[in-house]
Amino acid sequence: MSVGLFILVSLVKIALVFFILLTAVAYTVWLERKVVGHMQNRWGPTRVGPFGLLQPAADGVKFLFKEDLTPPHVHKTLYIAAPMIAVMFALTSIAVIPFGNWVAIGDTIYTPLQITDVNIGLLVILGVTSLGVYGIALSGWSSNNKYSLLGGLRASAQMISYEISLGLSLVGVLILSGSFSLREIVQAQSGHFWGFIPKWNIFYGGQFVAFFVYLMAAYAETNRIPFDLPEAETELVAGYHTEYSAMKFAMFFMAEYANMVTVGCLATLLFLGGWSGPIFGPYILQVLLPVFWFVAKVFVFMFIYIWVRGTLPRFRYDQLMAFGWKFLLPVAIANVVITALIVALRS
Amino acid sequence: MVPLSYYLILSGILFACGVTGFLIKRNIITIFMSIELMLNGVNLSFVAFAAQWHALSGQIFVFFVMVVAAAEAAVGLAIIIAVYRTRETLNVDQVNLLKL
Amino acid sequence: MHLILFLIFGAVCVAGAVNLLLQHHPIDSALSLVVVMGALAAEYLLLGAEFVAAVQVIVYAGAIMVLFVFVIMLLNAGEEARSGGSRIAWVIGVPGMLLGGILMSWVLLKHSGTGQVEVGSLPGSPQDIGWLLFHDFLLPFEVTSILVLIAIMGAVVLASHAQSAEKKEG
Repeated sequence: MSVGLFILVSLVKIALVFFILLTAVAYTVWLERKVVGHMQNRWGPTRVGPFGLLQPAADGVKFLFKEDLTPPHVHKTLYIAAPMIAVMFALTSIAVIPFGNWVAIGDTIYTPLQITDVNIGLLVILGVTSLGVYGIALSGWSSNNKYSLLGGLRASAQMISYEISLGLSLVGVLILSGSFSLREIVQAQSGHFWGFIPKWNIFYGGQFVAFFVYLMAAYAETNRIPFDLPEAETELVAGYHTEYSAMKFAMFFMAEYANMVTVGCLATLLFLGGWSGPIFGPYILQVLLPVFWFVAKVFVFMFIYIWVRGTLPRFRYDQLMAFGWKFLLPVAIANVVITALIVALRS
Repeated sequence: MVPLSYYLILSGILFACGVTGFLIKRNIITIFMSIELMLNGVNLSFVAFAAQWHALSGQIFVFFVMVVAAAEAAVGLAIIIAVYRTRETLNVDQVNLLKL
Repeated sequence: MHLILFLIFGAVCVAGAVNLLLQHHPIDSALSLVVVMGALAAEYLLLGAEFVAAVQVIVYAGAIMVLFVFVIMLLNAGEEARSGGSRIAWVIGVPGMLLGGILMSWVLLKHSGTGQVEVGSLPGSPQDIGWLLFHDFLLPFEVTSILVLIAIMGAVVLASHAQSAEKKEG
């Protein structure tokens, strides 16, 4: 494959992935409103389009045309930069996520279904998401508002605390697969044991404890219920984005949902076997079915997110910190030790 | 191909900026950040030497420096919070009494 | 190519470091330090130290500097009060530093021999680093873990400081 063709293919992939990601973000919002509505015995959006399906478009137009307020006495540069930082780092991490096998189009193009395959892909995602906290912290600080400041403080303390548990919960998977490359981690999970149970990490390696820790830490990292203390309406008005309006507010919204999608993709890749699943039929189906399985698993993950939101109440802040440090962290460390012992004894 | 000395000069510039910040800044947090900058400059020269001599241990030292920096940041910032509670200032010129 | 990338990220590094000195507000200094660390991570990548680069971003930019920003926000630190430096510092210090810098650069350029560094010349793969860290450097590793433990306890004791009711600490 020549350099020019490589660049062209990469650009097409980038455009496609970002289009799909942004659509997914918009429709996750729709899904959430719809599902939570039905859980609370309401209808959710119904007016715009069939089943309210055009609601995201209407919301987008509304955000674009609303007045963009900048309150007085804010730190101008940081106030404007903060939502951009948040959304930028939220969207960047999708670049290393693989969502299917290699495909051949004609004789000349042979390319993986992934923007770029990095051999430290997992670390790249961890690094990018750990930078995302700046957007929230700085928005809280630069707004010059006590509720925003409290929201920003809570968010940064919460995110650094849970990042440790999150990182440690991934170590077990890394020990089992022996690679940081997301593609190799998925390949290590292919196949079955006892004939029919898929060899996903959540079943096979005894990593369901790690999956549980990851799930909890991921909810805290994305500031979702039951850990949405940074934007707790009942105490902090709207938390760190109290002073934001129009498109700047929409950017925070997008960042939150894009982070949810990333976290879902990561969970799928690390614990649920990525794109593995039954594959049959002609070549075009063999290419598309893995992508379908991948998307289906991510969808299940997102649905659980929304389900939890419709079910659980919010934690108190001291409960949140105690849960993170006194329960999740020891469990994650125990999981690492036990997994390492098993692998060492087996080899 | 970049001569090794370029990397060393860059690391020297970063270290010098750190020292200058340490000397001219009056805010205790900024002084602390200058120390981090010095450590970063040193890290760069470690990695450059590791690449030059094909010895991975140069990169290992960077991890140890990072661990020490993290520990130092945790303790140092805790000290800063304690100082701020008793003195209500972050200016090092005004923190000039040994007792509370 | 390598030289161009080196120069771009080096310029970003130096600009960030100088900006750290020029800014009056600690949060601006903190953010310029984050920029320096990001650019340094790119320099590490150029040297092939991919794992170091990733850890640099995760630990330095993503954890230590967040802690700094957190403390600045928590204490609501304002603009820095400037104390006028002595004139001797300007008259002797600045030219002296420039002279020393030039001298050092000249010595380095003259006497560092023909040492050339290629792009990605020493791939520090996670496997190799892990092997070194847990075999050759096991004792230092354990000692640093004890150091970190002591630091955690010290930070908790210092920051929770019985007398005040609020138990906020990073």
